[in-house]
Amino acid sequence: MQNQKLPCVLINSFEEPYCVNEDHVADLKKRLNFVTMQEFLENKTHFGPKIQAIYIWGGKPVIDKELLQSLPTLKIIVNSGAGLDHLDLNLIASFGVKLANTPHAVTNSTADMGMALLLASARRILEGIEVATSPDTKYFSLNWMGQDVTGSTLGIIGMGNIGYKVAQRAKAFEMKILYHNRNRRKVEEEQAVGAHYCEKLDELLQQSDFVMLVLSLTPQTHKLIGKRELGLMKPTAILINIGRGQLVDQDALVEALQTGIIKAAGLDVTYPEPLPRSHPLLKLKNVILTPHIGSATHQSRRLMMENMVESLLAALSGLSIPNEVNLK
Amino acid sequence: MASLRTLKFLRQFHQKIMQNQKLPCVLINSFEEPYCVNEDHVADLKKRLNFVTMQEFLENKTHFGPKIQAIYIWGGKPVIDKELLQSLPTLKIIVNSGAGLDHLDLNLIASFGVKLANTPHAVTNSTADMGMALLLASARRILEGNEVATSPDTKSFSINWMGQEVTGSTLGIIGMGKIGYKIAQRAKAFEMKILYHNRNRRKVEEEQAVGAYYCAKLDELLQQSDFVLLITPLTPQTYKMIGKRELGLMKPTATLINIGRGQLVDQDALVEALQTGIIKAAGLDVTYPEPLPRSHPLLKLKNVILTPHIGSATHQSRRLMMENMVESLLAALSGLSIPNEVNLK
Repeated sequence: MQNQKLPCVLINSFEEPYCVNEDHVADLKKRLNFVTMQEFLENKTHFGPKIQAIYIWGGKPVIDKELLQSLPTLKIIVNSGAGLDHLDLNLIASFGVKLANTPHAVTNSTADMGMALLLASARRILEGIEVATSPDTKYFSLNWMGQDVTGSTLGIIGMGNIGYKVAQRAKAFEMKILYHNRNRRKVEEEQAVGAHYCEKLDELLQQSDFVMLVLSLTPQTHKLIGKRELGLMKPTAILINIGRGQLVDQDALVEALQTGIIKAAGLDVTYPEPLPRSHPLLKLKNVILTPHIGSATHQSRRLMMENMVESLLAALSGLSIPNEVNLK
Repeated sequence: MASLRTLKFLRQFHQKIMQNQKLPCVLINSFEEPYCVNEDHVADLKKRLNFVTMQEFLENKTHFGPKIQAIYIWGGKPVIDKELLQSLPTLKIIVNSGAGLDHLDLNLIASFGVKLANTPHAVTNSTADMGMALLLASARRILEGNEVATSPDTKSFSINWMGQEVTGSTLGIIGMGKIGYKIAQRAKAFEMKILYHNRNRRKVEEEQAVGAYYCAKLDELLQQSDFVLLITPLTPQTYKMIGKRELGLMKPTATLINIGRGQLVDQDALVEALQTGIIKAAGLDVTYPEPLPRSHPLLKLKNVILTPHIGSATHQSRRLMMENMVESLLAALSGLSIPNEVNLK
């Protein structure tokens, strides 16, 4: 009887792959009554009318027209993370369903990840580890070198919440900061981090030692960095992507890395994820790949979960929804 | 009768010998790997200094011994011992790359009346950057993440694979000299809470500028830190300062970062601590010895990141080191005040 008072929420699964975080389950179950996709598909008639919310974790379950049509009392979809490129916003709006994500919960951890990849690439950490641990290593060459971070130029493409946090961190490394954004930030915000606005992306690309992508994937930003843009970058420059894989023309990137058009890349995101095991990016010495872990910290994930539950409960109570996504 | 061409050649040759004789005669280890000066620096160095390698010296001590006025130590080579100093009667100055002096017998050098200079400023930024690089790489498990991303067995990326949050966590800096302070400046931008332990307390303004709290007792720092970073010189007092007891005081979720010297840490105790979960992980740019034996347990632990003593390994830092060393060397030989002179008392 008590469980019937808790909202009925659709999730993908409690088991890997693509399941909610094990550490969160107990807390979630105290407040929500879950139905997995498997349970739902096995008994649509029973569960369909009961489900009022969907809890998307790691992009699953996938929201399509068929699913929305079978959930007549669905009011709210809550989505983990900041990115929305995997969701058809018009479709969701057409069913009168609301949407909330967790842009704030991921900000710090993703900014930290951007800096982690920048430093790891610049200082050649992976290659260094190989030298330090290789069975063939007999001595450490004193003339093995990486790139200076302090005093170098960082070009941030996408100066939203995360981009700005990256700028705050980079400033402490005495980096010169350039940025390119849909909209220019306020002068005080620029001055606080010493950031120079580059109205033209080309200007940023030509001057930067590190180019960092921190923007959302939209039809306008798809393949923003292609052969031409890579060609504008310095041959000593390093590309860091903590946005989305499809911001970059991946084939052009491979060629640029293989032929020395740019020096190196640190990629937390690719397209697809994971890449096929035969993909050239897996083999290049001057590439650091990480498995989309920009927001992967215990603290961030817990905050994401809390934010999602809060938005979900607010929506079902008819209250104003924190982190609601404008679907127009 | 010598032809005009021969006379011209002889004049040029004579000028060259005279010119080179004006350049100071400097002992270096080698121009070839392993343990050689940086290839990119050689041309610039040879414009200003006249080099003798250890091999050339050992093959002809009688000839070269009296000529050598300076030693250019790069990467800790050549080794300075009593025998070497005794065979260099006109030696005035030893210049050493980097900040660390633990490989040099300062009393021995002083006893021969030879001066010493190092390059503490040239390495500051790059070493501080390296400390942050190791901290972030360890916290976010970059090495393990890269393995997942590239492993032939990977079919999906688990959304529940996680690392440690850096923003807002507590960093304990042991050794708040130039490099330690630069690390504090960087860590502040990550909204880290900063504790530090040092021989001497820093000025209040300096503490406030980075939001650092002084821990008079090392134990206090160890107990409260999520990341413990070692950046002190190696001296008899700091030798094995982090042992079994100190590791035991750290949080089981804590990570140890060492960018100081390997022997600041009791390595066997560290291995045990990492194997048994006494601490969570370690990022080590320095070990003892370097490199470690290939069979050493530290090479195999999943929660350890090892880098090959690359704290100052950037093009700019190394070039600056070289410039500083040449400057100190030439100043010493000209009887001028020596930049970056090490006090040998």
